[in-house]
Amino acid sequence: MSNGAHQSDAGLPITDFPAVENSEKFRLLKRRHRSFVFPVAFGFLVWYFAYVLLADYAHDFMATPVWGNINVGLLLGLGQFVTTFGITTWYVSYANRKLDPVAEEIRSELETQEGVNR
Amino acid sequence: MNVSALHAATSARAAAETTSVGSPILNISIFGAFVAITLIIVLRASRNNKTAADYYAAGRSFTGPQNGTAIAGDYLSAASFLGICGAIAINGYDGFLYSIGFLVAWLVALLLVAELMRNTGKFTMADVLSFRLKQRPVRLAAATTTLVVCFFYLLAQMAGAGGLVSLLLGINDKVGQSVVIAVVGALMIIYVLVGGMKGTTWVQIIKACLLIAGAAVMTVWVLALHGFNLSELLGAAAARGGEAVLNPGLQYGISEISRLDFISLALALVLGTAGLPHVLMRFYTVPTAKEARRSVVWAIWLIGVFYLFTLVLGYGAGALIGADAIKAAPGGVNSAAPLLAFELGGPLLLGLISAVAFATILAVVAGLTITAAASFSHDVYASVIKRGKPAPGMEVKVARITVVIIGIFAIVGGIGVQGQNIAFLVALAFAVAASANLPTILYSLFWKRFSTRGALWSMYGGLGSAIFLIIFSPVVSGSETAMIQGVDFHWFPLNNPGIVSIPLGFILGWLGTLTSRTLENPVVAAEMEVRSLTGHGAEGATTH
Repeated sequence: MSNGAHQSDAGLPITDFPAVENSEKFRLLKRRHRSFVFPVAFGFLVWYFAYVLLADYAHDFMATPVWGNINVGLLLGLGQFVTTFGITTWYVSYANRKLDPVAEEIRSELETQEGVNR
Repeated sequence: MNVSALHAATSARAAAETTSVGSPILNISIFGAFVAITLIIVLRASRNNKTAADYYAAGRSFTGPQNGTAIAGDYLSAASFLGICGAIAINGYDGFLYSIGFLVAWLVALLLVAELMRNTGKFTMADVLSFRLKQRPVRLAAATTTLVVCFFYLLAQMAGAGGLVSLLLGINDKVGQSVVIAVVGALMIIYVLVGGMKGTTWVQIIKACLLIAGAAVMTVWVLALHGFNLSELLGAAAARGGEAVLNPGLQYGISEISRLDFISLALALVLGTAGLPHVLMRFYTVPTAKEARRSVVWAIWLIGVFYLFTLVLGYGAGALIGADAIKAAPGGVNSAAPLLAFELGGPLLLGLISAVAFATILAVVAGLTITAAASFSHDVYASVIKRGKPAPGMEVKVARITVVIIGIFAIVGGIGVQGQNIAFLVALAFAVAASANLPTILYSLFWKRFSTRGALWSMYGGLGSAIFLIIFSPVVSGSETAMIQGVDFHWFPLNNPGIVSIPLGFILGWLGTLTSRTLENPVVAAEMEVRSLTGHGAEGATTH
C-alpha cells in the first residue's frame, strides 16, 4: 500500500484513531473547521451564481450606469474579486487562530503517544 | 486557459493564412534566452532528484509563496493571457466573466480541498481517494480520469502553440508549425525528464513572474494613456467598439441556449479547478498543510491581480486597436495582447510578450506531463500492477519512461489537432475534472459513509457522461466551428456538458454509496479524518 497509511511496521495500528476521532478535542477541531468552511463555501457559491444569473439574464440592470462609464455589472464583477480576496484573508486568519493551535495539540499528543507505544 | 478555448478555436483556423507581426528573429532570440536560462536552472535544481518524493513532489521543499507562484504559473496559461484579453477586447464584458469563474474557483480549492488533500495524500489525487476505499479499483479509476484530463489539456496547449507560432514567428505552413510543436514537445520532455517536479516548478515560477510583470507593465502603460482613469478607458473602448462592450450579453445573450451554455460553463469553471490533477499535485510539493494553505493564498492574489490586469489590457486593446482590426489580424482574437504590446512598445515589447507567451505554454505543458507520468507510474504501475511493491527505483524509472511516451503522444496529437477546435479539448478537460474528480474528492473528504462503489460510479459516470455529451454536442459536429465538418450527428444543444454531467457525478456518488452492501472499514475512515484535519503522519520535507 503505497501511501503507507494503514499499518505500522508491525502491521498493527499504533494509534486508536476511532478514539481520537471521538475525543473532545478532535470534535472541537472538526466542528470549528466545518462550521466555517461549509457556510462560507455555500455563501460564495450562491453569490457567484447570483452574479452569473444576473449577467446572463438581467442585462438592463447590469448596464445601469453608476459613475461615468462604470456600471453596476462592472462593480458587481469587481465585487467578486473583492469577496474572493476577502474570504481568503478571513479564512487564513480564522485557521491561524482557531484551527492550527488545536490541530497542533492533537498532533503532538498523538506523536508522544506513538513514541510510547513503540 | 480554457478561454483560449472558445476563441483560439477560430484563431487556430485562421492561423493557416497568417503573417507575423514584429520581428520573428527578435521573438525567437528572446524565447531562446528564456529556454537557455530555465534549462540551466532545471539542471541545477535536478541534482538532488533521488527518490520518488524528490521526483514527483520536489522533496516537498518548496515554500508556500514559491509554490503559490508556481500554481499561478501552472494556471495562467497562454490561453488565459491571450484568450481573456482577446475576449474582453472583442466581446467586452462577457470576456470578463471568464476571469471571475477562474478566480472564484480557487475558493473551493482553498476552503475544501487543498489542506485536507495535502494532509492525507502523498503524490497523487488517487492517494487521497483510495485512502479508505478499495485500493486497486479506486486508484485505477482516479488514474484514468487524471490521464484523460491531462491528455486533453495537453493537446489543447500543443494545438495552441501551433497557432501562436504562426502569429509570432511568421511560420504559416503546416509543416513549419508541426516542427514547432515537436520542438515545444521535445523541450518539455527534457525539462520534465531532467528536472522532475523541482525543475518543472522553477520553470513555472520564472514564467509566472515574467507573465505577471509583463502584464503589469502593459497595464500601467494603458492606464497612463487614459489619465489613470478606468472610466475614461472604458469610454474610449465604448467609443470604438460600441456601448455594448460595457454590458453583459454581447457573446452569451444571443439566445436562450447560449445563456444556458454560459451557466453550464460557469459551473464547470468554478468546480473544475479544484479537480484539476495538475493543480492538486502541486499541493504535495510543500512540507505542510499550512504551507499548502499559504500556496493557495499566494495563488489567489497573483491570479486575481493578473485577471484585473487583463481587464485593463482587454479594454485597452479594444480602445487602442479596435475589435475589427484585432479580428482581421493574424491569429484573430488571440492576437489582442500581442498587438497591444506592439502598439505600446514596438517590436521589443512584442518580442518580450511573445516569448512570455511561449514560455507559458512550455511551463503548463511540463506541469501536465509530470502529473500524468506520476499518476501512471505511482497509481497504475506501482500500486495496481506491482500491488504496492515495486522494485527499488523502478517507480521513478517508469515515471521517466512515461514522460517520454506522453511527450511523444502529445507531439503527435498536437500535430494532429492543429487547426482543430481547441474549445472541444479544454472544455472536456474542465468538465471531466468537475464531473469525475471533484464529487469523489469532496465525498471522500467529508462523507464518512462514502463507499468504493460510490467512488467508482461517480468517477466513471462523470467521465463517461461528460465525454458522451461532448461527442454529441455542437463542438464535434453540426456547427460552423465543429471538429468534424460535413456531418451533423449532434443532439445535445450545449457546448459545455457541465450542467448535466457535474450533477450526475454527484448523484451517482451518492446513489452508489446508498446501494453499497459492504461497509468500508470505519477504523481507516477515522484515521483518514484525523489525519486530514490534524496533519498527523503527513510526510514532511525530505532532507539531503
